[in-house]
Amino acid sequence: MASTARRDAPEPPDFGILKRLARDQLIYLLEQLPGRKDLFIEPDLMSPLDRIANVSVLKHEVDKLYRVENRPAPSTSDQLCFLVRPRVRTMRYIADIVNADKMSGRSRKYKIIFSPQKFYACEMVLEEEGVFGDVTCDEWSFYLLPLDEDIISMELPEFFRDYFLEGDHRWINSVARALQLLNSLYGPFSRVYGIGRCAKMSYELWRDLEEESENDGQGRKPEIGNIFLMDRDMDYVTALCSQVVYEGLVDDTFRIKCGSVDFGPEVTSSDKSIKVLLNAQDKIFSQIRNEHFSSVFGFLSQKSRNLQAQYDRRQGMDIKQMKNFVSQELKGLKQEHRLLSLHIGACESIMKKKTKQDFQEMIKVEHALLEGFDIRESTSFIEEHIDRQVSPIESLRLMCLLSITENGLIPKDYRSLKTQYLQSYGPEHLLTFHNLKRIGLLTEQAAGETLTAVESRVSKLVTDRAAGKITDAFNSLAKKSNFRAISKKLSLIPRVDGEYNLKMPPDMAYVFSGAYTPLSCKIVEQVLERRGWQGLEEVVRLLNGNEFAMADGAPEDGAGGDAQRVVVAVFLGGCTFSEIAALRFLGKERGCRFIFLTTAITSSARMMEAMAEAKA
Amino acid sequence: MSRARADEEEYWHSSKFRAFTFDDEDDELSQLKESKRAVNSLRDIVDDDDDDLEKVSWSGEPVGSISWSIKETASSSSSSLEGRDTSLQKGSSSYAALPKQVSSYSLSSLFKAFSDTGVKNYAPELRRPRAEYKDYSNDWSPRDTVRRMQRGKVCSLERFRSLQDKMVLLDEAVAGHDGNVITAVLIFLKRTLRREVLFRELEVRQVALCHLIHFLKETGEQKLLLDLLRFLDRTEEVALSQYREHLNIQDVEKKREFLKGCIGLPFSAEDISHIQDHYTLLERQIIIETNDRHLAMAGQSEIFRKYPRKASILNMPLVTTLFYSCFYHYTEAEGTFSSPTNLKKTFKIPDKQYVLTALAARAKLRAWEDVDALLTTKNWLGYTKKKAPIGFHRVVEILQRNNAPVQVLQEYVRLVEDVETRLNLATKYKCHDVVIDTYRDLKDRIQLMAYKCKVERGSAEEEKINSLLSNMQIRWKN
Repeated sequence: MASTARRDAPEPPDFGILKRLARDQLIYLLEQLPGRKDLFIEPDLMSPLDRIANVSVLKHEVDKLYRVENRPAPSTSDQLCFLVRPRVRTMRYIADIVNADKMSGRSRKYKIIFSPQKFYACEMVLEEEGVFGDVTCDEWSFYLLPLDEDIISMELPEFFRDYFLEGDHRWINSVARALQLLNSLYGPFSRVYGIGRCAKMSYELWRDLEEESENDGQGRKPEIGNIFLMDRDMDYVTALCSQVVYEGLVDDTFRIKCGSVDFGPEVTSSDKSIKVLLNAQDKIFSQIRNEHFSSVFGFLSQKSRNLQAQYDRRQGMDIKQMKNFVSQELKGLKQEHRLLSLHIGACESIMKKKTKQDFQEMIKVEHALLEGFDIRESTSFIEEHIDRQVSPIESLRLMCLLSITENGLIPKDYRSLKTQYLQSYGPEHLLTFHNLKRIGLLTEQAAGETLTAVESRVSKLVTDRAAGKITDAFNSLAKKSNFRAISKKLSLIPRVDGEYNLKMPPDMAYVFSGAYTPLSCKIVEQVLERRGWQGLEEVVRLLNGNEFAMADGAPEDGAGGDAQRVVVAVFLGGCTFSEIAALRFLGKERGCRFIFLTTAITSSARMMEAMAEAKA
Repeated sequence: MSRARADEEEYWHSSKFRAFTFDDEDDELSQLKESKRAVNSLRDIVDDDDDDLEKVSWSGEPVGSISWSIKETASSSSSSLEGRDTSLQKGSSSYAALPKQVSSYSLSSLFKAFSDTGVKNYAPELRRPRAEYKDYSNDWSPRDTVRRMQRGKVCSLERFRSLQDKMVLLDEAVAGHDGNVITAVLIFLKRTLRREVLFRELEVRQVALCHLIHFLKETGEQKLLLDLLRFLDRTEEVALSQYREHLNIQDVEKKREFLKGCIGLPFSAEDISHIQDHYTLLERQIIIETNDRHLAMAGQSEIFRKYPRKASILNMPLVTTLFYSCFYHYTEAEGTFSSPTNLKKTFKIPDKQYVLTALAARAKLRAWEDVDALLTTKNWLGYTKKKAPIGFHRVVEILQRNNAPVQVLQEYVRLVEDVETRLNLATKYKCHDVVIDTYRDLKDRIQLMAYKCKVERGSAEEEKINSLLSNMQIRWKN
């Protein structure tokens, strides 16, 4: 196989089996509570459940379906089954139901099915509430939900906050098990790369699990050869930028939930909303999802014209041709027509919203921040944004972007922006600011300290860190982003003469209008190219280390077949559609196929929202 | 009953990835034996578990996708070892091609029975360490204990009694990277150690400490959390953590009282003023709300009749409160709590923010003379001058959004400094005079001529253009 010739990327493996496994196990677990029963479902699990089983499947086993919410349950069934995430709050809710029954002398059977796994803390709550033993517990090992032919989600948005803010390692086991499952079905992976503390821990725990299980994967023909694990905190910048590829824009504007989106009346131009699945099966969507928004209009209008032409062929048909047309083509055309009008409607709606938000100006500010000029002007733009009480989330996002690209705000700016923010959006956001500081997204430059002084302090402290004895103060120092230096080292800001060609993009930077190559994707590209971290030492140092690369018995180039050209990119803490688009682009260029495994699909808004404190 | 119970216990104790597993004890056996046993156990289940047989009735015929895949599992497992590899290579694409197998067994029993072998092809299974079989007397080393717990097994921790043993266990848990286990160990330590001892040990174990703090937050053990934070000297977090509780207080009077108490907490110097402001703001809002509700109910005040309040002002941000006050209480003297000037002074609202908000409120009421006054300043010689701390393009935007008439609008469009922006806005909002004057100032004859077709025929504007074009005094640049 000549490696110079551009090869087509291999087809992604069939992930349908993951759905089937999850569904079968769920049915089995439900059968463990024989007889008629009511099922209470955690709201967060509804959409994932929808994607693997329909109600009629559940109905076989279940009488009535309820949502788990903060209200007493009206159920009259003698058997209650709860399908939940392992959360303390939910345990109390269930315990309240059980205890209320006990008080009224009612006897029922209760079963809790935890997804994806049970936590000891949950059992402790059940014990404390005096209902341990009254309920039986099970685990539904539903780790991986294929959202599309190349996207698998763990649907754990709380991963981000739990790990990066609270420092809780509770999901690492789940990640390790997910990797194990994937490895056993589609592996063995011969090359493993990663960067970040969580990535490393997940890898180690996964290795541990693999060692224990007998290695019956040997000799099997793998479908996936490489895997790359990355922590979200290696690159916050990319996740904070406004998205401008179509799928990213749709997500930012309408929120794609579990692979589907609710298009409201403003899109459907009728009085009702339509729920649309957005994936490779949608023939229109699959062609525009990765495109820069500016190219989408042209594509859609071209499509409409083609469609019109195909409809017009009816004129001048005889009866027989007409019959053929109606029976064979019409349905497809109608379907296409429906999709086209939906996406055109979505585009219009996006345009309308973005024009109202001074999108153009905002993008300009973002690009200035990424490149590091006009900091003062950008700061006043953000200030005005806050003063005008435009979206609180957007204001926060811009502040974080400013902070991360500048290694923290200068104290004067920090104070003044914070004060104005609290005045505009409410004083309780004091807590949000505290969280953002802890996680390192919005920090204040230490006064009077030059950057080099900070850096030397960091390196001095790194050794202590290894011993696991770090102070909180250091914690925020450790998260210095060093963005400017990294950006320079990896040339993330493309130098182009003349106009950047968004229609025929030369590189991944197109996902941000040619202004910036997503750091996360650049790292993946570099490491795959080099088959490791050699030559990237400086970047690794700036990113705070924790890199690794393993190759067990990896076949040499060409020998591994297609599997060696399939790479699972694992994003711990979430992955954005812009990153997905960028790597899909890279895959096409290099003739390899990326599979995305993420704890959840994320976006700047989701990240910011995760930092707010909510009522208990 | 007791047997079933034991089975169940055993089942979920061992259930992790092995959720499909029915029987734990045949781990020792070889793969072949396992499959054989599986087939045999099938009969057992069918024989002694009547419930399972009934369960199949829900679907009647085992048709449809679920039973399909279960049968797939069945056929692959019964073909034992040799069958395994082939079925794997076939992968899922071969699913549909499999022959339909007639079965009279209940689905669940099939599932149970085949899980030991069949599922292994698809779901990874954990091989338990050998150590596990030899002894159930809880003699695990700390490392094995942690490993067992990572696999979801119940494991008694009671034998870790010396502080040293406990800490070895905790360190093992941390080294194992599984937060669930770390928390489990911490729950045990919390129960068996005096808090000061536990705190002291955690001080040098940051990862474990994070877990305990998160655990206490989640379970709402606020008192213990505060003690811990105090012990660690994290005073700011103590303050914030207490302040956080206000989110859960519904009653405004109680909330006000609570916030008052927060003022004395050890916040950073910077935050203390924010807390003070929060308290003052809510106090103010309560006064304003009580008054205005009265006014609105009495129906005496015109403004409240004309523009009924949509929501209460309680718990709103300061800027929203300012807007409200500019809307309903604009003319009040500085002495009253509800007057905008009083708010501005009390909370040191920057000029820019004040003008922006007042402008929006007055424009909404179409009180154009207020808008004018707001943007007019007098210098020391008594000359008046228009000044906007926010830039006139923003002023125009706000006015336009509130449908200001062209006469009002153009006055401010004229003041937009950047020529290009001014022309754009003027053209967009049909402020012809401004456009014409700007082209005149630019001496741009061509653009002016072109603009002629945009104004109405025979209008004053057209006349103005004509007279300009014929004015010999002007030295056009083109």
